[in-house]
Amino acid sequence: MKQKNILKLLAGMTGLGIALGAATVYASPEQDRQELIKYYTSKNPNVKIEDYVYGALAFDADSKAQYDAIMEFPPYEATIEAGRKMWETPFKNGKTYADCLPNGGKQIAGNYPMFDDAKGKVVTLHDAINDCRTANGEAAYKVDDMKTMGVLTSYMRTLSDGMLVNIKVEGPKATAAYQDGKTTFFGRRGQLNFACASCHVQNAGVRLRSELISPAIGHTVHWPVFRGGDNLTTLQQRYSGCFRMVRGVPAAQGSATMNNLEYFHSSLSNGLPMKASVFRK
Amino acid sequence: MRKLHQIATACAISAIMLSGTVLAQATAPKEETGKDIAFNRAKGNCLACHGMPTVPDAESTGMYGPPLIAMSARYPDKAKLRAQIWDATVANPSTTMIPFGKHGVLTEAEIDKVTDFVYGL
Ligand code: HEC
Ligand code: HEC
Repeated sequence: MKQKNILKLLAGMTGLGIALGAATVYASPEQDRQELIKYYTSKNPNVKIEDYVYGALAFDADSKAQYDAIMEFPPYEATIEAGRKMWETPFKNGKTYADCLPNGGKQIAGNYPMFDDAKGKVVTLHDAINDCRTANGEAAYKVDDMKTMGVLTSYMRTLSDGMLVNIKVEGPKATAAYQDGKTTFFGRRGQLNFACASCHVQNAGVRLRSELISPAIGHTVHWPVFRGGDNLTTLQQRYSGCFRMVRGVPAAQGSATMNNLEYFHSSLSNGLPMKASVFRK
Repeated sequence: MRKLHQIATACAISAIMLSGTVLAQATAPKEETGKDIAFNRAKGNCLACHGMPTVPDAESTGMYGPPLIAMSARYPDKAKLRAQIWDATVANPSTTMIPFGKHGVLTEAEIDKVTDFVYGL
């Protein structure tokens, strides 16, 4: 039974950082997503899946109202404006990002991360931007540099607002990358012995101290976020923070582990609309 | 006027008494109690997940786990209570509770103290 698979994964999370290995049930990404939706809606029947794009706010009307008020006049507009300048400024060879990214860079963020068959690995939107830079004779940005890659994508991703997430997992190699991300997500780690799923599946909508926990579905659609209104944080930066919270050592941002995690994680939001960039506490 | 003065004096006195205790604490660091360890975010941090309805200063508690209340009635065998704190994954493999003993988050002595504290709830 589908519902059982998730419980099996959660139950498999014993021991320190144990990978799920052979016991893992090989469900298709769409089955995984449907199963998670069932799991969440059975625990929180009153919260609509469409609202999961708001993260923890979906579970708390007061915080959501506060968020709506802040989003009327986002305190981080200047940063997005700086990102727009970066986006529009041509490379030394006169070309622009729009020239080398698919569809002029518009309505594409929801396709990433994607599995690149030629490269044999997962490519994030950050990678695609860097490929564009190096193809035009510019140095790649560090993927964990908030001042360059972060600011640029805070604008670039707004060009995909409203696009429905559309992550494809096709073929054995893509499936292996997806499974690797899934293993990271459900594997326990750190001295405190948490998996991502311990918090964002098992305890979505539940308070850890005074912090409401967001569900994994809808997690990837709205990056970067501006925490506290001005602290630009990319998705993988947030992963690092969550890894550290459980006293674990995060994999490097941009590593295969992180990219595969983002690949799996993003596919859970298939069909949900993108929205960049947003305020978070 | 007189009243105000009285109040002011009373305040001054209690301020001195307070700073007195603070001083006393600073000079003779008292040993950490089970409660201290349970409340400390860098140690037990039990409040992250558990309410303690009978402890008035157990504030902004999380709800990952059940409220800790009437523990001696529910755990007549104190060793079982200690075992739950030492490694909750034994009783429930998919638990989100931290294996405080098994992963060395707390020392054995600290777990003893926390067990005593929780047993009294
Ligand atoms: C011990 C609990 C815990 C664990 C384990 C954990 N997180 Fe988190 N996570 C949080 C808290 C608390 C927040 C902030 C509140 C929220 O938005 O859920 C958060 C926020 C996030 C967010 C931002 C959500 C948003 O909309 O702003 C993402 C994405 C995320 N976590 C992903 C992960 C991933 C991936 C892992 C595993 C590597 C992980 N988390 C592990 C507690 C945890
Ligand atoms: C990150 C979450 C978390 C933290 C931190 C945590 N617990 Fe728990 N605890 C749980 C959960 C969840 C349960 C429910 C049973 C289970 O899944 O193991 C539980 C169950 C218990 C129980 C059994 C309660 C019952 O009703 O049978 C005791 C006792 C307990 N915890 C004590 C503690 C103590 C003491 C601490 C701090 C040193 C602590 N817990 C910290 C999550 C947590």
